[in-house]
Amino acid sequence: MTSGEKYVAAAYGVFLVFVLVWAAIIATKLARLERETAELVRLTERRVADDVDG
Amino acid sequence: MTDYLADVAALARKDLRLELRARDTLPAMVLFVVATLVVFHFALPGGAGDDAAYGLLWVALVFTSLLGLGRAWAPETEAGALDGLVLAVSDRSTIWLGKTLAALAFLGAAELVALPAFALFFAPLDGPALAGVALASIGLCAVGSLVSAMAAAARGREVLLPLLFLPLAIPLVVGGVGSSISPDPGTYLAFLGLYDAVFAILSWAAFEYVVTE
Amino acid sequence: MSITKPSLATLAGLAVLLAGVSVVMIFFVAPEDADQGLSQKIFYVHVPIALTAYAAFGLGAWKALRLLLTRGERYDLESYTGIHQGTIFGALTLITGSIWAKASWGVWWTWSSNQLVLFLVLFLFYCAYFMLRFSIEPGPRRERISAVYALFGVALIPVSFLAIRLASDFIHPTVFTREGPQMTGEMFAAFCCSWAAITLLAYVMYRTELAGKRTDLNLRALREALAR
Repeated sequence: MTSGEKYVAAAYGVFLVFVLVWAAIIATKLARLERETAELVRLTERRVADDVDG
Repeated sequence: MTDYLADVAALARKDLRLELRARDTLPAMVLFVVATLVVFHFALPGGAGDDAAYGLLWVALVFTSLLGLGRAWAPETEAGALDGLVLAVSDRSTIWLGKTLAALAFLGAAELVALPAFALFFAPLDGPALAGVALASIGLCAVGSLVSAMAAAARGREVLLPLLFLPLAIPLVVGGVGSSISPDPGTYLAFLGLYDAVFAILSWAAFEYVVTE
Repeated sequence: MSITKPSLATLAGLAVLLAGVSVVMIFFVAPEDADQGLSQKIFYVHVPIALTAYAAFGLGAWKALRLLLTRGERYDLESYTGIHQGTIFGALTLITGSIWAKASWGVWWTWSSNQLVLFLVLFLFYCAYFMLRFSIEPGPRRERISAVYALFGVALIPVSFLAIRLASDFIHPTVFTREGPQMTGEMFAAFCCSWAAITLLAYVMYRTELAGKRTDLNLRALREALAR
């Protein structure tokens, strides 16, 4: 690649990388939120069961 | 209107009187600016022209004002008095204006020493340069009191204040240096006036949001 | 979100479509610039990113103003996310701008590019936003102070721009100039397409982030409610 092509590729590449990194961070956050929601569901079900029993 | 001004005057006077009694901030500012100028003499290489010296004057002024601004809200925060003040006045912007005027008085006093020292050590200061100092000082204190109040609400306020203040001070440095070295200082003075107008109005209007719980 | 607002999926799909069309237009339709050669193509990604950053900061400031005037719950998160997006795109502007500077003039940085310098100042300012925000306890005080700071940012943009213009007269002799866009029709079309794609992408990112932050807050509230 000529140097001109390299710089163009670098500029577009950096943009792409940034967006992908952002997506990865969001995905991680989503996974955490999913875990927390599942845990809260368990907590709530247990609570409801306790209320029904007690 | 007169009540407003009376409040402002009372607040500014309070700060001045506190400083006259405690005498901790102003002497520090004066010593700091002179010491900085001396450091600059050693920092400037031999062949550097007057232009470089004017640039460094502005660095000295910005950091000296930072020093003063760091202490600007100390009387209120140390005594827990800010909440009381906020309740006591009818218009909270008077607190900002009073504080700005007091800060301006301190900075002005420091400049009364710094500017002759600069003219002695480095290069003469002409009319436009002094006008630039005056206008920029207004901007520095107007924005500085607001930003200092923000930092006062936060942890690590001594470290936070420079971070908040310096980007906002950059246009003032440009205006000030320009009025000192440019053959056409009028543009730079007009620019400083614009900055002062915009940011003083913004600070005046926004202060109450910064300071209420 | 109301029914009239297009769904996030639709917008994302549209962004992908526009991005694809833009790439085709940039690399196959728009002619190569006579002066700068291939490296001019960076313009199609650098300038829209810069414009998007400004838009994001503007959005953050607008939401901040709404917060101060109406005290609505939602505006704090929306303002914060806007500023966050703006900072991300601002950093991208600096990086792509630096690459373009190296490609055009052989240096990674130059003080004579007003746009680069402006973004540097703004980047510093908005980085301080996050430092400020995370030094204050969460609550209405933090929301208000962040909002005021966001408003100051938007006032700083034109003032800094003027300052930098004025400063260039005495800071460095202008060595590097770049021809203003004497764009052909195809170049302009490619630019508009790219701009639309990047703006849409930024908006999708904004909405996604906002949804994530809101869900986080809701889960925390739910957890606290259950703990009682």
